[in-house]
Amino acid sequence: MPLWRDVSFAVPWGSALLVRGANGTGKTTLLRIVAGLTHADAGVLCWRGAPCAPFAPPLRDDLLFVGHAPALSDELTAAENLAALASLGGDDASAAAVRSALDLLDIGRAAGVLARALSAGQRRRVLLARLALSARRLWVLDEPTTSLDDGAVAWFEATLAAHLARGGVAVVATHLPLRMDAARRMELVL
Amino acid sequence: MTEPATARGLPAGADTVSVLAALRWGLARDLAIAFRSRNELVVQLVFFVLVASLFPLTLAPEPGTLAMLGPGVLWVAALLSSLLALPRLFGRDFDDGTLAQVALSPRPLPALVSGKMLAHWLVTGLPVVVLAPVLGAAYRLDAAAGALLAASLALGTPILSLLGGIVGALTLGARGGSGLAALLALPLYVPVLIFGSGAVAAQAAGLSASPHLSLLAAGLLLAGMAAPFAAAAAIRIALD
Repeated sequence: MPLWRDVSFAVPWGSALLVRGANGTGKTTLLRIVAGLTHADAGVLCWRGAPCAPFAPPLRDDLLFVGHAPALSDELTAAENLAALASLGGDDASAAAVRSALDLLDIGRAAGVLARALSAGQRRRVLLARLALSARRLWVLDEPTTSLDDGAVAWFEATLAAHLARGGVAVVATHLPLRMDAARRMELVL
Repeated sequence: MTEPATARGLPAGADTVSVLAALRWGLARDLAIAFRSRNELVVQLVFFVLVASLFPLTLAPEPGTLAMLGPGVLWVAALLSSLLALPRLFGRDFDDGTLAQVALSPRPLPALVSGKMLAHWLVTGLPVVVLAPVLGAAYRLDAAAGALLAASLALGTPILSLLGGIVGALTLGARGGSGLAALLALPLYVPVLIFGSGAVAAQAAGLSASPHLSLLAAGLLLAGMAAPFAAAAAIRIALD
């Protein structure tokens, strides 16, 4: 049985698509398709006008994907994890850049702590610190504000707004309210 | 609104520079993780030493018998300890979501995978190569046989890591994956085992060991070229 039929959208440069829906309606599946991780049963995903198969290089070049999974290695410190993820994507992974990104999210003090000792909120902050380092054009974020406190949510909203103002595109699944410019906001309810 | 410029530092395409950089990324990260969890590596090495030293205790201590069985036993011990370390290669990265990030990164996936396989061999295969001639002394292997054993292991254990990488990637996400991986990997390891232990046996019989070593080297080249691509394809399927 298909999760949904006739889902269609186009996100212009500088806009964010917010994907909403109850649990189990397929928000994560849609995001995984947009990120090029999962094959859709039917239909096409296009990036910059060209159809894209999963794992296609043009999409990978521009993509920053933050999923449910923490993507942090327990054996590495917060700073090492962030540096590894940033350098994997070709972003600035210098010690100074990593430190300032962690400081932006108020977890500079935890930079040298092994990831396994971090709290759920701190792990989420380390992942979101990637947004501060990244210059990718497409952000695909699955529930980015889960387990974050108000301060971190405000930081995320500001960072997303700056990304969109630069002309970037974002696809965000969330069921928490997100304050953002109505002109840059599109909604898809599954 | 127009398309924004990116400030990405990665060159496009899979040229030599980006392939080497990707290989270095996989190697450096996995070596750092291995260094942090070095007690697990010690467990794996102690396992190798224990398995290898059980046989001299249980077999008749006649020098001829031990020297004849030694290379085969040490090879089997090396193979089992390589299997023991197999789930570490991709399993954890798959569970914590790192593997999805790796597969979605702009870097060439087969090169990233090669780096991880190389790190896996450096921490699980290389110590076995170094230890085997020492353990060979317990089997009354002479210096020449010990050196040949080390040479055959040096050529053969990287093949185990490469083939193990394919199998490990194929069994990602399967329930009971590590047991399944062992079942799938063992038949693939058999030719390596035959030529590896055969090299020492041939020398002991007064024949040349070089055909065995040449075949191992050929196998290593073949596996080194094909395995990263096969493992990368398997990882993409597992993530779908």
